[in-house]
Formats: sequence, C-alpha cells, structure tokens
Amino acid sequence: MTPVAAFFVGVRALLPMLVGVTPFGMLYGAVALQAGLSPLAAMLMSSLVFAGSAQFVMAQLIATSAPALLVFGAATLINLRHALYSASVAPALKHLAPPWKALLAYLLTDEAFAAAASHLLAEPRSPHAHWILFGAGAALWLCWQLATLAGILIGPALPEDLGLDFALPLTFISILVPLIDDRARLAAALTAAALAVALAWLPYNAGLVIAMLGGLMVGVLGGVPRGGSAR
Amino acid sequence: MKDAWQWLPLWLVCGLATFLARYSFIALEGRYKPPSWFVKALPFVPIVALSALTAPELLLVEGHLQIAGNAKLYAGAIAVALALIWRNALLTILGGFSVFWLLRLLG
Repeated sequence: MTPVAAFFVGVRALLPMLVGVTPFGMLYGAVALQAGLSPLAAMLMSSLVFAGSAQFVMAQLIATSAPALLVFGAATLINLRHALYSASVAPALKHLAPPWKALLAYLLTDEAFAAAASHLLAEPRSPHAHWILFGAGAALWLCWQLATLAGILIGPALPEDLGLDFALPLTFISILVPLIDDRARLAAALTAAALAVALAWLPYNAGLVIAMLGGLMVGVLGGVPRGGSAR
Repeated sequence: MKDAWQWLPLWLVCGLATFLARYSFIALEGRYKPPSWFVKALPFVPIVALSALTAPELLLVEGHLQIAGNAKLYAGAIAVALALIWRNALLTILGGFSVFWLLRLLG
C-alpha cells in the first residue's frame, strides 16, 4: 500500500462519522457564542484543544463564569481516556520521527482512533499504518474546524430531529462488532458497556475512563488475545 | 465579551493537557519496559473504548436508562445484528439509520 492509498483508507473509514460530527461541531460553535465567547475565541478553542466533548463542557463552564482552574481540570479529566488510545497506537508509531508522533498525537481523537484501530490491530507492523491514522485524523480535523465555523456563522442549522448524531454510535458498532471474535473480547466489551451506562452520571467522563479500565481488566483476566505479545 | 486573546492562555494549557494525554505513551514507546499485563491489555483498548462510548448512546435517554420505546436502542440492536451477519460497515450504518427513522416516524 502506498502512503496516499493508506491516507485515503483512513479518510474513508472516518467518512460516515462526519455525518454525526458536523451537527455536533455546529452546535459547539453556537453554544460557544452563547457562552459569551467571541467567534475568534470559539475557533481558537477548536484548533488548540480539538476535543469535542471537552469543548462543550469548557464552553458551559465559561458561561457560568467558572474559575479557569476548574475549566482546566474538567478538560484534563475529560481527555484522560486518550492516554489509553496513545498506548494502543504507540507500537505502530514507534519507528516515526518525533514531529510525526506529535502530529498524530494532536489528531488522536475518539473518532480517528476508532477509524484506524482495526487496521492497526490487523497490521501493527505495516510501514504505512501511520498514514491511515493521519488520513482519519486530518479528515476529522478539517470537518471539526469547518463545522465550528458554520455553527458560528449560521448557528446549529441542521434540524436536531433528523438525529444525524446517531451516525457516530452506528459507525462505532460497525467497527466494534467485527473486532469481537472470542469470549475474552466479548466479556471485555460487555463489561465496558455496562460500567459506562452505570457510571454515566459521574462528572467529566470519569465513568468512561473507569468503564474502559474495567473492560481491560476483564479482558486480560479472560485470556491471552491472539497477537497480544507481538510488540 | 472578553477579547479572544484573553482566552488564549487557558486554551493553550487545556490544549497542552489534551495533547499530553494523547502523546504520553506514543512518546514513551521504546523508552520503558511495560509490564506484561499492560502489553496483554493493549489489544483490548479499541474494543473497550468503542463499547464504552457506544453503550450510553443507545441505552440512556436524557441520562436515564430506557429500554421500552427507545428507538436508538432498537436501531442499535439491529445494527449489531447486521454487523454480525454481513460485516459491512455501510450496510450496518444505513440499516441502523433506516430502523431509527422508521421507528421515529411510527412513534
């Protein structure tokens, strides 16, 4: 596979998620303005922080004049789960120069990780695996910036009752189901799902982190997955 | 309304914290010897992440567990079934959306 082909594999894997990300980004742009942020400040947050759910919470906290330290703490907690993605993709990026690693880390969102994960799991040693992640990350980045801009300029113009945001969980299902091919994986997935639902009331996505860690524990105790020691 | 540049320091530290979470293990790779349980856990990360991100979207309606009459749950279950049978992403997504819109139309 050429780098360009790998790039577009990543773009294609991410494409259906954009149906859900676009209205979400437009809503963020509108919410940020309502919170009293200037259009430029709202745009800058999308490019400097680049983390959907954290940006919503930051905007909401700023709307209530919360202290900066609380905004920082909330954003940090919400994005803690990305460290798990970092650990997951790290072996496939080992050979890259630091600027590449930094660029891909900046782009390592839920969506980009989801789009690239099955390719990275299938071929962790493919020399162009990082191009897949880059393609997915770049596609999401562009969409998020444009959606933020659209939300600032025209508001959350897509009607909410179309339920376009549902594209995200549906795409995640289409990626997740083929990954579950033994009991340990099924047990890990069910544990993470149950904990995430039961702990959804915890603030700042803390429930998500606990759910992911709980699922990992069950998976590790449930058996050695194929290729698990290939590093 | 505060000027955009007054927010810049806060955006920068929040962005840096987010970046460091994402960069952490990528930067450390090869510089430390991870314990064996950690290495064993890594292949499960995409599975638990996708599962934890998806389940609340299907099962919770405005923060509360809802089974009966929950269009997203039914559509999600159909999507899981479609994915199990055909393993085709587009079919799973379009099938799930079709059921979702149909249920909303009927409900």
